[in-house]
Amino acid sequence: MKSICIYFQIHQPLRLKTGYNFFSIGSDHFYEDDDLNRKICNKVSRNCYIPSCRLIYRLISKYRGKFRVSFSITGIALEQLRRYNPEVIELLKKLSGTGCVEFLSETYYHSLAFLYSRQEFIAQAEKHRKTISQLFGAEPVTFRNTELIYNNDIASAAAKLGFKNILAEGAESVLGWRSPDYLYTAACHEDYAGNEDITSHAAPEVLDGFTGKPLLNLLLKNYRLSDDIAFRYSDKNWKEYPLSAEKYINWVKAALLNRELINLFMDFETFGEHQWKETGIFSFFEDFVSSIIQNSDIDFILPKEAAGRHKSSGIIDVPHYTSWADKERNLSAWTGNALQRSALKMIYRLEKDVKLCGSEELLDTWRKLGTSDHFYYMSTKYFSDGEIHKYFNYFYSPYDAFIIYSNIVNDLHETIKKRMPDENTEKSCVFPSGTVKIPQPIMDAL
Amino acid sequence: MKVLMLGWELPPAISGGLGTACKGIADSLASNNINLTFVIPSNRGEKTALDRRIRVISADKYHPAEALIKKTTLKNGYAAKSYPGTGTSLSPYHTSYTTCEKGYPECAGNRDEILALIENQQNLGSILHFTGNYGKNLFDEVMNYSSVGSALGAVETFDVIHAHDWMTYPAGICAKKVSKKPLVIHVHATEYDRSWSGANREIVRIEKKGMEIADKIITVSHYTKNMVINKYGINPEKIEVVHNAVSKDIQFSRYQIRKNFSEKIVLFLGRITSQKGPEYFLEAAVKVLNKMNNVRFVMSGNGDLFPGMITKMAEYDIAEKFHFTGFLKGAEVEKIFAMSDLYIMPSVSEPFGLSPFEALLYDVPVIISNQSGAAEILTHAYKVDFWDTDKLAKAIISLLENEELRSEIVKECKEDIKSISWDTAGKRIAEIYCSLCGKTAV
Repeated sequence: MKSICIYFQIHQPLRLKTGYNFFSIGSDHFYEDDDLNRKICNKVSRNCYIPSCRLIYRLISKYRGKFRVSFSITGIALEQLRRYNPEVIELLKKLSGTGCVEFLSETYYHSLAFLYSRQEFIAQAEKHRKTISQLFGAEPVTFRNTELIYNNDIASAAAKLGFKNILAEGAESVLGWRSPDYLYTAACHEDYAGNEDITSHAAPEVLDGFTGKPLLNLLLKNYRLSDDIAFRYSDKNWKEYPLSAEKYINWVKAALLNRELINLFMDFETFGEHQWKETGIFSFFEDFVSSIIQNSDIDFILPKEAAGRHKSSGIIDVPHYTSWADKERNLSAWTGNALQRSALKMIYRLEKDVKLCGSEELLDTWRKLGTSDHFYYMSTKYFSDGEIHKYFNYFYSPYDAFIIYSNIVNDLHETIKKRMPDENTEKSCVFPSGTVKIPQPIMDAL
Repeated sequence: MKVLMLGWELPPAISGGLGTACKGIADSLASNNINLTFVIPSNRGEKTALDRRIRVISADKYHPAEALIKKTTLKNGYAAKSYPGTGTSLSPYHTSYTTCEKGYPECAGNRDEILALIENQQNLGSILHFTGNYGKNLFDEVMNYSSVGSALGAVETFDVIHAHDWMTYPAGICAKKVSKKPLVIHVHATEYDRSWSGANREIVRIEKKGMEIADKIITVSHYTKNMVINKYGINPEKIEVVHNAVSKDIQFSRYQIRKNFSEKIVLFLGRITSQKGPEYFLEAAVKVLNKMNNVRFVMSGNGDLFPGMITKMAEYDIAEKFHFTGFLKGAEVEKIFAMSDLYIMPSVSEPFGLSPFEALLYDVPVIISNQSGAAEILTHAYKVDFWDTDKLAKAIISLLENEELRSEIVKECKEDIKSISWDTAGKRIAEIYCSLCGKTAV
């Protein structure tokens, strides 16, 4: 039997005050634009979360368990929904109660922690797993890293944390001649640097009998079929516009003719927010689901069910990072320019000090400033993906985003300095004198 | 004595030192009993902060000029060509100008012809649109402004015409041609100062023509006088130097400004363009941070190098110690000066440079480049060549580490500028007027 596996991402960043200027440093310790965040949360709940959750609930009820979907919800999105739109949380719980919905795990703060601090990555993944378990009553067994950022090291870390399945982008650079439409096994290794930090979870249950390495199921996104819905559905310049459910189903069937499993991964906000209700996206999706269930032998499965239904088609070795962002499908959306790299180094330089302070509140503030979106706004890519960056960016320019962000981090730094226990001030690792290495100035940048 | 003064900026709507200087000059001339009519492109609905005795004409409200614009345009086959600005959306001050393809704005005819034209057009509504910015329609605006110059030359009575910087030279020339009165042009900056690496040929041409036709040229420093002689080939005898001064009326109160850092603050404030040398400030900052920790650097302002400077700073990875504020105005400028411990003006070419004088009003010691007119006056300021960032870094460190030296420099510099006030400047300019038209001031 052939399968479709759907995963929806729910995330809302905590947007920062655009008026946070140099003079605010040292006097204003509230960084988030609560008003803007509330407005956006209300709008997206009204346009997307509420109607889409209701639609999914209706489809699950109607087809008695044949329709199944998975969600990953960031911790900071959950916090905002709890505060502004608790109705959405109730709907998600109701979905969880059907038994046809799987909730995945990721970093609580939607961060890039894995790239900068393994210890912090583990802490955030644990915090998220705990939150999801408590809220929905089931411990997640599938991991998706922020923005589907993935490589062998991340897979190994997820395996050591006890996860059984992991999601990634079906990038050509990963697959080569192979197709994303099969179940694969991640290329885990044990000698990854952070293993001494993992104490709460024992070694994974499933080990390769020959090598002793952990086995982790790898599901790769079919980005063509996913992005046909997420990005191109209402694009009038697209040659396939308008996209009918019938046409789309034919593509899916054609793809599954010789293959086994299509992974459709996308932002949940696709429905009603990125693609407005008026485009017909809701009825498109309903028609698609109904027709698959009624007129085909294709079934919907959850990520955790994939291994029970399909055999692994082999190990996929991913030594370098991939992601689902931009056409490069690598890290360049967040670490592509000097502003982004400088901002990231700046925030992670504070890790040790903020942890020495011992304040949960400061630690939470610091972690929130590690959300990947802050760095995404600083991207200076102005090719085809520039449009997508601009769509999500509430700043006037990447330079604004950088200046405001660094002002805020400087304020946090000042607060941390004041709150550091006296005996630890000597240990501070941020900017002791003489640490600036003078690189060759890159005149091209000017 | 009556003077027709042509300017481009006046406070509060200004983007640099030009407006501040024009106001200082105009006010002091009014106190010296000069009867002044000040023409600006647009007052943008705001009341200018000039002395009450001065009459202000806003060119965009000046009705009779439309017919002239039409005529001038046709006569000269003038066509404006625009190039898109390159600044970021953060930057209201684009430094890339448009250029005019052909011709030089010229006067539309003699006095009688112009008066007849104006007579016929009396009943038209208002017409001209001026932003008074330096945006992509700058050449169009300069062109339109010159037509207003022709009209005023015919209608107004005056003894001398006084035009500030190249944007108003064409208008001054037109007014001179129509009225046959002497023209004084005031060089606050030349195109070679503004665009160090690549001067706009059209602007240079307008400047050169203005300098040639003018009866007298006032420069704001000897540095600029030499520039006018060497780059534009002007007879030195035509040129007078009148130093600018800092307005005493700059309002500031030591209102409780709380500095939120323990570190010393080193300030750069100005347009972030190649003329102002922001990259040398950054280079020096990196060298200082290699040696000392107790310091923060602030770069205030905006300009076409803004994105490049941020990127370069990020490459050095010193965002904990180097800050950008964007363009500051009013109280924010006061605040940043009051917070600062040291002011740096590393200009590559600065005809005068008012900002170090402003810093001194806040008791902030200054380090300035030898390539500035201000260096002629501030004999006690610390001076370096703009390119010598090693020396600049050393100077910053030694000044920050020695508070006594800092207050000594402030004290001595304040002594330097005691003799320079707008009143002195106004008296000198009044003398120049008198020498031109043989009248006394009253």
